[in-house]
Amino acid sequence: MSDTAISVRNLYKVFGDDPGKAMKLVREAIGKDELLERTGHVIGLSDINMQIERRKIQVVMGLSGSGKSTLIRHLNRLVDPTEGKIEVDGQDIMAYGEKDLLEFRRHNISMVFQRFALFPHRTVLENVGYGLNTQQQPKVEIKTRALRWIDRVGLSGYEGYFPAQLSGGMQQRVGLARALATDAEILLMDEAFSALDPLIRAEMQTILLDLQEELHKTIVFITHDLDEALHIGDRIAILRDGEIIQDDDPQNIIMKPADDYVADFMKDINRSRVVRARSIMTNLRGTETGPKINASMILENVAQVMGMTPDKACIVINKQGEPVGRLTIADVIKGMARPNSSGTRIT
Amino acid sequence: METWFLEFPQMSQDALRTIKRAIDLGYLNFSRTYGDDIEGAFEPVLYFLIWFEKLLLSAPWWSIILVIAAITWFAARRWTLVFGVIVALLLIGYFGMWENTMRTMAMILVCTLLAILIGIPIGILMSRSDRTQSTVLPVLDVMQTMPSFVYLIPVVMLLGIGKVPGLLAVVIYAIPPVIRLTNLGIRLVNREVLEAADAFGASKWQKLCDIQIPLAMPNIMAGINQTIMMALAMVVIASMIGVKGLGQPVLQAVTNQYFALGLFNGLAVVALAIIFDRVTQSWGLRMQTYRQGTGDE
Repeated sequence: MSDTAISVRNLYKVFGDDPGKAMKLVREAIGKDELLERTGHVIGLSDINMQIERRKIQVVMGLSGSGKSTLIRHLNRLVDPTEGKIEVDGQDIMAYGEKDLLEFRRHNISMVFQRFALFPHRTVLENVGYGLNTQQQPKVEIKTRALRWIDRVGLSGYEGYFPAQLSGGMQQRVGLARALATDAEILLMDEAFSALDPLIRAEMQTILLDLQEELHKTIVFITHDLDEALHIGDRIAILRDGEIIQDDDPQNIIMKPADDYVADFMKDINRSRVVRARSIMTNLRGTETGPKINASMILENVAQVMGMTPDKACIVINKQGEPVGRLTIADVIKGMARPNSSGTRIT
Repeated sequence: METWFLEFPQMSQDALRTIKRAIDLGYLNFSRTYGDDIEGAFEPVLYFLIWFEKLLLSAPWWSIILVIAAITWFAARRWTLVFGVIVALLLIGYFGMWENTMRTMAMILVCTLLAILIGIPIGILMSRSDRTQSTVLPVLDVMQTMPSFVYLIPVVMLLGIGKVPGLLAVVIYAIPPVIRLTNLGIRLVNREVLEAADAFGASKWQKLCDIQIPLAMPNIMAGINQTIMMALAMVVIASMIGVKGLGQPVLQAVTNQYFALGLFNGLAVVALAIIFDRVTQSWGLRMQTYRQGTGDE
């Protein structure tokens, strides 16, 4: 069995009065400016191909207008594509009729929204139980399961409150609990933490990662924040003007950006906190001794270890404790520096 | 100079007369053929109205005041309002208008109930499709601007004089606000919230019952409030076609220049209007405590 939970192939979305007709021109590889000028249609997504791995967090990152919210809404068909194929668990969800689609949304996929989108007239308990409500579960079952998830996101005691009585962070916990309560395998998160202030956002990221450690959901997480993407993503796809520029392991995105646009994105990040030892290590040289460091250690921590014995190379070990590479202080410094950063000149 | 330049080129009197007569005759034939059927269709409503009126008239006055005070309390939870309502009803009774007031109240309540039962589904249908909306809206505009006396003519031709034609005229006159505001309220429901309902696989019916109607409720209540007010206004006019109640003494006062009689009964209508208005409004407000974030229930 493959490990792919969601497979998106040759997905196009064209906005306008007659997308089908405009699609013909798109297939003739006409540019988006020309398309807009000739037909008044806008390309939202262009030839998207993604294989989203099961039980992993796939981040889709892009600036506003890049089409990331449109893309995530295709996965539960809140938006229908102009052309292309979407498969979930090997099932072609484009072939679903109205009834299948409702069942699919009730049981297999759930969603967390940027501006929470809680139901203002329902209490926290009723909000969290909403998905179970649409599944038509018995009332008692809804209550016990909703209470469990309210507790799980740390909102015990707030069951009877209305959303307007809660702070933004608490509201999004309700949103998260509502999405998790349906026990859906796939969780879509549309800029779920973007509306929160930085401290609360970090807290929510931690909650999400903690939950993921235990639940192993397939999560598609949309964000415009690179730090957030690097913090939680097992894999990051970068979207620009409706096209995926790079879809890769986070370390690869930092170390080998696909083009200048991606490189430009990376230029402001604090590399010492996101680059890991395994990304910059070099081959072992025979039998060497030195301080051992974990392959997944970030450079900031590596530097701390190396500071104690600056003239010795470090041995990088994997999870099993086997040596897999070496690092010198020069490697670490190089790893922290921005690659070919313009404006810095050695005199 | 040609005459058409100075005088409006009218159609000939004969032609005009023929047209009017044709319309009248056509409608008369229609009412002769279907009048009985239509009246029969209203029979259950009529029985309900009569039963309700009898109930209000035969129950002891203090028990009715008690019930109305209790309803006011449950709707508004304000003692001052309850007190005001009791005083208003006592005054109405003391001035000898109790029976007429009960008749009017029965009429208003049945008309409003009917308007809600018909109006809310129409409003829901309108909110679902722009086509329906654009066909129903002009009809509502006509209904609201047409002078209310005009409604009486076809209704009387169709059903004669009495309770049922009165009911029909009042409902037609009073129904537009509840339709309009149901439509508006549902259309104003936040799109993000609806998208969330969609994302969790809510069917159209689930969305309507669990999300759209509850969130549209403040607007729907405002519509019901308006409908009640318009029904009250029409009930006085409907006295011209034999609807009993506070309207009849008013009509009598107008034709005989009895100023005091008109004033007293007019004031009773005002008192009823204020009671209905305050009670429905505070109920509407109380239903949306969740918005202020102070819901303590």
